[in-house]
Amino acid sequence: MTDRDTALAIAGLDKSFGRTQVLGGITLDVAPGERVALLGHNGAGKSTLIKMILGLIRPGAGSIRVAGHAPGSAAARAATAYLPEQVAFHRSLTGREQLTMFARLAGEHPKTVAPLLERVGLAPAADGRIGTYSKGMRQRLGLAQALLGRRRVALLDEPTSGLDPISRHDLYAVIDEMAANGTALLIASHALTELEARTDRIAIMAKGRLVADDSLGNLARAAALPTRIRLTAREGAAEAVQAELGGRRVNGRAVELDCTTEQKMAQLARISGLGEAVRDVEMVPPSLEDLYRHYCGENRQ
Amino acid sequence: MITRIMAIAATEFRIQTRNRWLASATVLMTLFALALTFAGSAPTGSLGVDLLTVSVASMTTLAVYLAPFLALMIAFDAIAGEAERGTLGLTLTYPLSRGEMLLGKFAAHLAVLAIAIALGLGSAGVAAWLAGGAGPASVQALARLIATAILLGASFLALGYVASALSGSGAGAAGLAVALWLVLVVLYDLGLLGALVMDAGGGFTKHVFPWLLALNPADAFRLWNVSAAQEVALVSGMAGAGEALPGWAAPLSLLLWPVLALALARTVFERVES
Repeated sequence: MTDRDTALAIAGLDKSFGRTQVLGGITLDVAPGERVALLGHNGAGKSTLIKMILGLIRPGAGSIRVAGHAPGSAAARAATAYLPEQVAFHRSLTGREQLTMFARLAGEHPKTVAPLLERVGLAPAADGRIGTYSKGMRQRLGLAQALLGRRRVALLDEPTSGLDPISRHDLYAVIDEMAANGTALLIASHALTELEARTDRIAIMAKGRLVADDSLGNLARAAALPTRIRLTAREGAAEAVQAELGGRRVNGRAVELDCTTEQKMAQLARISGLGEAVRDVEMVPPSLEDLYRHYCGENRQ
Repeated sequence: MITRIMAIAATEFRIQTRNRWLASATVLMTLFALALTFAGSAPTGSLGVDLLTVSVASMTTLAVYLAPFLALMIAFDAIAGEAERGTLGLTLTYPLSRGEMLLGKFAAHLAVLAIAIALGLGSAGVAAWLAGGAGPASVQALARLIATAILLGASFLALGYVASALSGSGAGAAGLAVALWLVLVVLYDLGLLGALVMDAGGGFTKHVFPWLLALNPADAFRLWNVSAAQEVALVSGMAGAGEALPGWAAPLSLLLWPVLALALARTVFERVES
């Protein structure tokens, strides 16, 4: 009884270590070609969840199916690509040798190794010892092994850690390419940044529970976070501006207002009605960070 | 399955040659074997045997200590070290069983050990032949010594994996490996010797002691070499214990040890959380 439409199916997952519950009632599906960001603070349960999908930890209750197979089974492992958060290799091997070993383990021809090293930009360093690689280069090698073969599911744990902006850009391209090939991607992260915002769906974990699971647009609409308007008043006019519009005085001359999307135009009309008293207007829409904090149960700062 | 075992074996063999284990183990074996061959050349005249026979007898005693030691030094890091460095977790997410991983490492480590032992002990044979002190019987004894020393090493490689899987860290595994060596190679014999003295030639000495000797891989190795060649037995003065046992006892013990220890290592490894 395999569900062909979901590459990764997680239902009602519970796990406790001793008396501490680390995961409670996690239900999450990822379809082929879908990119899902799994967000949460350190200790929210992301790593535990990933280790369960890999079959390294047994669930207390609930079920996981990886491409229709039980986690940890040979078929599930063959279908899964994994990029660990702290990716480590043997220092005295070269990048090419290490990747060739993984290719053989995955049942791929060693011929696939050279193009992959090229793909992640490691071709010039392919025959250097891994001990001489920078953290970013090791991360690229980790990414290369995750690209071996046609995997149904890819689990990337903090893939951007240690990457410079250019490498980040390459990572986006690789992730999109994997999704285009039909791989279901689960990308774990402790922050909501531009990478996570490019995914199809965002799942947020807090204290072992899934507190959100939707597209970025829907999450933003549901949260209805206010846009912040920041006014700089002319000298001496700040008090009058605050008396007219409300809001908070920030320092001598600035006033801050929060308003919903619907109120925005009306507020702007009132501000322009003040004429000379206002010198400058700045609008700050809610950031990804604000949205993430909202769902994690923290207030906007 | 074979592809995956070979992939692990090729990688592991490369690592062993790069971290100079292969070179240092070979040099160590060669130096000791050559030293024993020429330092031990004195009694040849009085016993009426050739130089290589004396050398094989001395090298048997050497190999009892050195082969297990080298094997444990190579093996102790196999699982604990990878777990510590963080390389084990990723490898195990591939469709590779733990048994396959263990067999791959075993194949590579055994190759390293076999090269070191064959070159080391073999060079002593060549040296003795050049010095004119080798005959067909002593060459056969040397070949037997090399083959059994590799088997002895194989037993201790597998025991090293057990130690490695049992301890969470490389340092812990090293400590456990040293303890294993001490108990099986040194203290076991001392204990038996003590028991012999207490028994003073009674039933224990005649019926139990030879079997206890065959049970220990290091002593089984010694028994096999000593009882198979009369000249070697003459030189080493260890003929008594071998005669009380059927001929198959020591070889069977030495052949079973690597298999059983590998099975144990696999069972323990299955329980390691990565």
